[in-house]
Amino acid sequence: MAAEREPPPLGEARQPELEELEDGEDLFTSTVSTLESSPSSPEPASLPTEDISINSNGPKPAEIILDDDREDLFAEATEEVSLDSPEREPILSPDPTPAITPVTPTTLVTPRMESKSITAPVIFDRSREEIEEEANGDVFDIEINVSDPEKVGDGMNAYMAYRVTTKTSLSMFHKNEFSVKRRFSDFLGLHSKLATKYLHVGYIVPPAPEKSIVGMTKVKVGKEDSSSTEFVEKRRAALERYLQRTVKHPTLLQDPDLRQFLESSELPRAVNTQALSGAGILRMVNKAADAVNKMTIKMNESDAWFEEKQQQFENLDQQLRKLHSNVEALVCHRKELSANTAAFAKSAAMLGNSEDHTALSRALSQLAEVEEKIDQLHQEQAFADFYVFSELLGDYIRLIAAVKGVLDHRMKCWQKWQDAQVTLQKKREAEAKLQLANKPDKLQQAKDEIKEWETKVQQGERDFEQISKTIRKEVGRFEKERVKDFKTVIIKYLESLVQTQQQLIKYWEAFLPEAKAIA
Amino acid sequence: MGIPANGSEDSVSGPNGEEGRGIAELVTDPSLQVEISDAVSERDKVKFTVQTKSSLPHFTRPALSVVRQHEDFVWLHDTFSENDEYAGIIIPPAPPRPDFETSREKLQRLGEGNSTLTREEFAKMKQELEGEYLAIFKKTVAMHEVFLQHLAAHPVLRRDHNFYVFLEYDQDLSVRGKNRKELLGGFFRNMVKSADEVLITGVLGLKEVDEFFEHERTFLLEYNTRVRDTCLKADRVMRAHKSLAEDYIPISVALSSLGTQEVCQLQTPPELLGRVASDEDLKLSDLFKYYMRDSQAAKDLLYRRLQALADYENANKALDRARLRNKEVKPAEAHQQLCCQRFEQLSASAKQELTDFKSRRISAFRKNLIELAELEVKHAKASSLLLQNTLIVLKGDA
Repeated sequence: MAAEREPPPLGEARQPELEELEDGEDLFTSTVSTLESSPSSPEPASLPTEDISINSNGPKPAEIILDDDREDLFAEATEEVSLDSPEREPILSPDPTPAITPVTPTTLVTPRMESKSITAPVIFDRSREEIEEEANGDVFDIEINVSDPEKVGDGMNAYMAYRVTTKTSLSMFHKNEFSVKRRFSDFLGLHSKLATKYLHVGYIVPPAPEKSIVGMTKVKVGKEDSSSTEFVEKRRAALERYLQRTVKHPTLLQDPDLRQFLESSELPRAVNTQALSGAGILRMVNKAADAVNKMTIKMNESDAWFEEKQQQFENLDQQLRKLHSNVEALVCHRKELSANTAAFAKSAAMLGNSEDHTALSRALSQLAEVEEKIDQLHQEQAFADFYVFSELLGDYIRLIAAVKGVLDHRMKCWQKWQDAQVTLQKKREAEAKLQLANKPDKLQQAKDEIKEWETKVQQGERDFEQISKTIRKEVGRFEKERVKDFKTVIIKYLESLVQTQQQLIKYWEAFLPEAKAIA
Repeated sequence: MGIPANGSEDSVSGPNGEEGRGIAELVTDPSLQVEISDAVSERDKVKFTVQTKSSLPHFTRPALSVVRQHEDFVWLHDTFSENDEYAGIIIPPAPPRPDFETSREKLQRLGEGNSTLTREEFAKMKQELEGEYLAIFKKTVAMHEVFLQHLAAHPVLRRDHNFYVFLEYDQDLSVRGKNRKELLGGFFRNMVKSADEVLITGVLGLKEVDEFFEHERTFLLEYNTRVRDTCLKADRVMRAHKSLAEDYIPISVALSSLGTQEVCQLQTPPELLGRVASDEDLKLSDLFKYYMRDSQAAKDLLYRRLQALADYENANKALDRARLRNKEVKPAEAHQQLCCQRFEQLSASAKQELTDFKSRRISAFRKNLIELAELEVKHAKASSLLLQNTLIVLKGDA
């Protein structure tokens, strides 16, 4: 096979999409009925069942043919390869896909591929693991910026609109560079949709930035002071980080809702994100119910890995919280230092004024100037402390909450499985009783119910294994990302410290001749 | 050198002369050299070992060594300032009371087993606080030493009898600390003094005929206030710096325990920051503090001169009255002569002193500002280097 073994860098990003496409195709061809249900339904767990069954019975022979197909397309080097060509059949990877995405089939089937370069679907030949590694390795080639916060409207109905700019060469998007205007509730809406779809199957969905009624009210009222600009800037940066984290996730990147968010100029207003709306209150009630349930579920953890991870995340959570409060104290003190330095500078200037010896007087005023500049430096350093460090910590504390949530879902999944087993048992007992009582019509119904519950038990088990597998992968990814993130941030922070020191050197070296000039 | 938290026997030895002399800008005269060679802190008392090397005749031995406490220094200062002979001299300001209270409290609080700190954090905090304690200790020794050296350098003051006693008498001076009455008395005297100043110049309409003194008075008044303010602000900066340094300690510990071994290098910045803070303190804050007190002493001199002037004026008036009534003219004349002489002597001496004060001040500021700038540059370079090395390690692991 003259197939290219070295896909261009875009290739790596491409392949998850195609694998997802397989699923989409599968879903489409097999279980159309079940898919009519909206993606945000509370029971999409039923979908994966269908998926797995199809995959395991997948038409293996077709795979090889398709490879050749692909290569033919390759050989022709056509610019546009359309995946919705009618001769296309479900493309399967060598192993059943562990990453199952219950997504609306319609949007998934029609991605336009307007890539500038031929991307390589030849990676079918490779093993699943290799593909995964490549996916996690390098550049996803999508860059997101959130900028230009703009106040729209007036009074209490006002809101801030942010410009979301995407630069990408990924073919699943219609263009290479595009931007849209979004408001904060849009982001929350996106997160809510993603969370409903993916959290319960074990994906760690990055949490959205927190709401702040106080901060927002100030902005709405039109208070043009530094605290409200700071608030807006803080929020803008948080939104950017949120989006960047979300697109880094290979599975979430495929999600059509995410694509819609990034691309479409008009977005239906997500009213359910308001704190005091009906949906908001429902959410709160659910959260409380969940908390109660968590306490009552006693899971027999057969897997030491999960136990260990649970503990690990508890510890990490505590450490991060402590560190976060320490860094906030640091920011506070640095601001204090800055204020004190400014006061000192003024005082030194006055002293210089009252000094009657001219050279000394000048030196003292120079000293005052240097101190003022240092004050500026301290202020900038405070910003670095804050934005670079403290916000990252806050993000991770929320991320860990998401991880914990995912682990909880696994517990719930287990519970469901156990419950199904119990019900099955009861049904069997009922059937046995009916056997003895000899009621043929009820017997048939009982047998049917048993079949039904047997399937449910199997499904429950598979779900549980599925979610466990997904979580393992996700946690591995999370750990890698965490280490990378922290390292990047610390490097950035240290660099800012270095810069401050260099500036200090400059200032004091400039001052030295002044001091020496005192005669 | 470990400094136990209960503040018992500690000692600091070594030449502190460098720092002290820098502030006061004294010329060391080999005929009388004074230094504090050792200091011991016991509970709430500090005992200084004062060593003198002298070729002057009235010392019994060429080398002397005595132990003195802070109260002895204060006593010595008071004898000078209350001595009318030295009215025309700027009396070197007395050293400030040794104050280890805050530092000791902090160490105690740390030692009381605050369980929220990890062992690493505890060790580092302890190191910080001990460094702070040590710095305060060195500073107080320096202040006491400067006081003595200033006295030793002054051509008139060095010949004072009490000074010799202080340097030579190898028994305890048993200087009774001021009891409450005397302290209050001193307090009131200060208040009276400032009121008096206003009275003398304002109400009595004394005109300062000498431009030099007029200028000096205005200058000193303003300068004293300003330097006091600057000193205060410098102190605040120093404290803020310190709390910042202390903040870095738990952060660096937490980062290193986050399981990424690359991060443990972050520990070094806090130590550096702490050290910068205490060095800055020694240079800048001390400088301002010293000149605050010194300018106060100069103001006192002016006040004494003013008093002498007032006496002189009064004597003049008395003489005029006596001449008018033609009674007791002779004694009035004599008295007036005396006052005039005193005033003129004072004025001449004061002029000299104030000029010296100015040049002292200028060279002290120069030296300290240069040293401050050099120190800041040195520290910034060092921490910059350290940070860059850390960055290389971190980036290299990528």
